[in-house]
Amino acid sequence: MPSTNVTTIPTDQPDPFVTRSFLEEVVDAVPGDPRLTACLQCGTCGGSCPSGPDMEHTPRQLFAMINAGMRAEVLRSNTPWYCVSCYFCMARCPQKVQITDIMYALKRKAIEDGESRSSSAADAPKFSEAFVNFVENYGRSFELGVAARFHFVQHPGEALKMATSIGIGMMRKGRMDLTPTRIKGVKQLQTILDRARELGGTA
Amino acid sequence: MKPSNEEPYGYYPGCSLEKNALAYNESTSAVANVLGLKFEEVADWNCCGASEYLALDILPAYALISRNLALAASSSGSHSLVAPCSACFLNLSKVDHQMAEVPALASQVNEALAAGGLSYQPGSITIRHLLDVFVNDVGFDRISSLVTHPLYELRVAPYYGCLISRPDYEGVYDSPEYPTGLDHLMTALGAEVVDFPLKTHCCGGHMTQISEPVALELIRRLLQNAHEYDADVIATLCPMCQLNLDVYQEHVNHAFGTNYHIPILYFTQLIGLALGIRAKELGFGREFVSAKRALAKIGKARPAPKKKRKPSKEALPMPQATEVEYR
Ligand code: SF4
Ligand code: SF4
Repeated sequence: MPSTNVTTIPTDQPDPFVTRSFLEEVVDAVPGDPRLTACLQCGTCGGSCPSGPDMEHTPRQLFAMINAGMRAEVLRSNTPWYCVSCYFCMARCPQKVQITDIMYALKRKAIEDGESRSSSAADAPKFSEAFVNFVENYGRSFELGVAARFHFVQHPGEALKMATSIGIGMMRKGRMDLTPTRIKGVKQLQTILDRARELGGTA
Repeated sequence: MKPSNEEPYGYYPGCSLEKNALAYNESTSAVANVLGLKFEEVADWNCCGASEYLALDILPAYALISRNLALAASSSGSHSLVAPCSACFLNLSKVDHQMAEVPALASQVNEALAAGGLSYQPGSITIRHLLDVFVNDVGFDRISSLVTHPLYELRVAPYYGCLISRPDYEGVYDSPEYPTGLDHLMTALGAEVVDFPLKTHCCGGHMTQISEPVALELIRRLLQNAHEYDADVIATLCPMCQLNLDVYQEHVNHAFGTNYHIPILYFTQLIGLALGIRAKELGFGREFVSAKRALAKIGKARPAPKKKRKPSKEALPMPQATEVEYR
């Protein structure tokens, strides 16, 4: 008869079976109350979403999955990355669920957990990173730099060709800078951002 | 809140207006000159992070945005901050609104700001989009009284995009899906405003960078809708919308075998034209899809009012629409 190895949980440790649910975690990652628990699965959000047909899960499906604790599936979905932040769903949601802010929170979680790398939209965070990098270093965005950094590294094929042709057109029309602009208070800005990073929370 | 006569508007141009939307900045300042609007640029403002920073790191994203609010509130005697870019407008008003709603967030943001010697009291300034200033402060009557070169016969599709009427934290717009302020503004210039059912649909934002086919389809829908209503131009109020519809129009044509040629102009450029300002001062020529052909259509004489069609004798009586009112 095989011996079963039963270990008892020491009583001074938190019970590992009572962990914070994924739902609570998502709710906490949004400032204020995102009203996610009020979702009644009506589907208005998905039906209103411009990228709905191209999403792997509609916002409604995603919210049901969050409720079911399907952490990895949710964080690997392309849905948050295909959200273009148009607020159509939020304007129409009968329960005033703060859908767009939840999508942002899911993007952050997907990066944090490393799951965005397994998403079909794995490139998307890199665009945000390239963009933010210039903002953190100069205080201003810099289109040419972002396009160069993102497309040269990520898409050395068709997309680069298109980005290049657009870039040349933009220059010709005087609509693109060759060098980034730096604000005077860039040190002050960086101190503020560093402090914000230390504080971390989302309230 | 409308500033008193002496009080200038605080002005936050945002990164786009410095370069890719230069035409928006040029036309705004030319028009402001004629109307006597005073805009005072916030000194040393920084980027609002667009829709990128929020995807990476929340508190730094809010701190980045609030540095602008703090600078705007501490400089000048102005109590309003005007943003011509819809994305900047949304970010500024979102942070202001959420700081007021969630005190814990406000105190964290202020702790970060304090590291740079700044602070911001939520609600201390009113965040406004440039369109709102024209519609609600200047007003249609005043604008139409200053029109010297009416835009008769120019068919304009008024395009609002997403972020000014949604989520509308300040409660300014008449509808999140079918606002009418820009329509009436264009009518006040003498233009012929076409119905544009997709007027608040999304231009795709940064989607051109994430998934080009998805983005091109969103842009195609808008162009097709404007085309169906026989619009000569699309009037826009956001640099991102302008960029996507203008710069990518050729790529849409290529991808879908279409042949759209619809110039995408800032509403301030059209106001400028109607006020008799020279096209060059309004940034014309920077658009990828040339506006020349469309502008040549502008009529000299007021078009005769359209005759109402008489219903046939057999038809059942139809409910009559009441006259459309301004705002
Ligand atoms: S519209 Fe609102 S209530 Fe309906 S499914 Fe979407 S989030 Fe839930
Ligand atoms: S905000 Fe995002 S999820 Fe909501 S409708 Fe727009 S794209 Fe879809």
